Amino acid sequence: MSWFFTIFALAACLGAVAVVISQSVVRMAFWLVVSLGSVAGLFFLADADFIGAAQLLIYVGGTLVLLVFGIMLTASGPYMKIPASPAETVVAGLIGLMFLFMVFSTINDVDWNGSKDRIMAASGQTEKPAGFDDGSEGNTLRPLGFALLGVRPDVKDGAGYLLPFEIASVHLLVVLIGAAYLARAKRRQDVA
Amino acid sequence: MIYTLAANSLSKALEGQSVPLYGELTEGNALVVAAIIHAVLIFHVFALCPFFLIWLERKGSGRIQDRLGPTRVGGRFGWLQSLADGIKLIQKEDLCPPVADAMLFRSAPYIVCLASFAAFVVLPFSHNWVAVSADCGLFLLLAILSLEVFGIIMAGYSSGSKWSLFGGMREAAQMVSYEIPLAICALIPIVSAGSLNLGEIGDMQSGHLGNWFLFHDPFTFVAFFVFFVVLTAGCKRAPFDLAEAESELVGGFHTEYSGMRWSFFFMGEYASMFALCGVAAILFLGGWHTGIPGLDGFLQTARAKGAATGEFNTLGYLANVIGAGVFVSKAAFGVFVQIWLRWTLPRLRIDQVMITCLKYLVPISCFLFLGATVWPLLFMFGMGQTTIHPEPLGNRAAASWPAEADATESDWSASTIPDEQLPSDSAPLEVESPAGQHAVSANKNVELQVRNDSSERTALAASSEVRQ
Repeated sequence: MSWFFTIFALAACLGAVAVVISQSVVRMAFWLVVSLGSVAGLFFLADADFIGAAQLLIYVGGTLVLLVFGIMLTASGPYMKIPASPAETVVAGLIGLMFLFMVFSTINDVDWNGSKDRIMAASGQTEKPAGFDDGSEGNTLRPLGFALLGVRPDVKDGAGYLLPFEIASVHLLVVLIGAAYLARAKRRQDVA
Repeated sequence: MIYTLAANSLSKALEGQSVPLYGELTEGNALVVAAIIHAVLIFHVFALCPFFLIWLERKGSGRIQDRLGPTRVGGRFGWLQSLADGIKLIQKEDLCPPVADAMLFRSAPYIVCLASFAAFVVLPFSHNWVAVSADCGLFLLLAILSLEVFGIIMAGYSSGSKWSLFGGMREAAQMVSYEIPLAICALIPIVSAGSLNLGEIGDMQSGHLGNWFLFHDPFTFVAFFVFFVVLTAGCKRAPFDLAEAESELVGGFHTEYSGMRWSFFFMGEYASMFALCGVAAILFLGGWHTGIPGLDGFLQTARAKGAATGEFNTLGYLANVIGAGVFVSKAAFGVFVQIWLRWTLPRLRIDQVMITCLKYLVPISCFLFLGATVWPLLFMFGMGQTTIHPEPLGNRAAASWPAEADATESDWSASTIPDEQLPSDSAPLEVESPAGQHAVSANKNVELQVRNDSSERTALAASSEVRQ
């Protein structure tokens, strides 16, 4: 398992670094694919198959197609470059380092074993033996679907996420209708 | 166990085995070896698909346009033509235009190939014959196949040629719009199946022809044809091949490519044609089931018995080989129809392609989706059952699986809802409904996916009883 983890983690990190270093916008998009795709791989390794697939569809697929669309429709010349000035490099580097420090210290402070025990106690699950368990590993879709419909069978007296799900879906519908309204062909006013 | 990832069960078998030159395999290394074995097997399918399908395309186009197609290479039907072409393409010079963005230009064909290869990972060929049996299989497959566009856009952009750029733009516009009806049409049989696991969807359609989701209700029947049109467009096949329209754009996005990199695009295209036609076969055409009642029941029983033993079982293996053969021929027939369409219909204009999708296919698929969700409700209120068929799908040819029944039961309760934790209003419904009784009486004989299916139908049927 650690082999795959090493490969995907390295690819994710190196891809992210390459996004920052490269100056051509489309190359950045390519490295973003590498980085986000490797994160999807990490999700699969963590048995979160739905999140992994959603990562592939939404981030790697959807966002990047939009990004490339934007670049191709807006770029003034071929192979648009974004050179960074030294001041920008320094400021961006400092912000990046601060963020790294913040994430690192947060991860260090979390009591992982304690929170795992608490989750186990809340959900009534028992410790699974190391290695491969019964076939239920990596199949999160059904529980997720139930949770979105308001049923949480895995948690005692757990309420699901029906209301947030409905709010998000109505919100998306409104956005969709609004986009269709804005993008529709305008009727000519000056015909008469 | 049906949910077990195939690579995991294989790695379990490999674990502790001693290998010459290496010694004993540890858990992590066994998984790597198992994954490599699966990848190599799938790679052969992935590579042999284009090999056969390109030959079929040549022969088909030859026949349709009153020519012969390849006849010389490899004896009688020119069946070695694809191999000869492959050797020719490997020998060609690997050109890269000086104005191109070399790194992106060189890596674009690999992205296309990688995306269509990865789709085969979740594509089942028969009962349990799948590298990764994921619950979100269909979702994952469509997500992976949508990455293919990225390679094509990249090829179009980085070539430094106007033809390529136009091809890439057209492809991007086309794919972004056609993905919507593709996903909606794929959801229509899912409404009836209640699962996104491609293996489960396939197994539900055993029994006779009427159990195929194609004949499930009028909406799925129409949805199949809409889905097929959309997947033809999704594979950028004629009459939707605007991205490479040779009469306008020389070669479209692959104008500047030569040799092996050029052929990678076609490997990816033919492999994803096969993968998507395979998805259509699983979703609508009964997957690996023949549709002949007696034969199907026997084969499915043999498969399930073989899977239940947990080790190699000749009869189950042979039944699976037959199933894989049936599945591959269904998918290949789908590709043949695409070839037929390509050489029969003239190419659409780009605005016609977009109008076809946005003005016709999207509303049609939305209407079909609505109909497919309302249909079971109408039947439920009218007749107290969810389909025309008296019993839920899947119970028909439930394969007997005695040895596995206990294990599956515990799996099922572990992986999905334990009955006692359901909300109180749905708990008593389990026993009252006819489907529930069926599930209880056939308890030891129904498969896991049948249980899942029938439990969903139980909830539906039971709520109808409450209302009556």
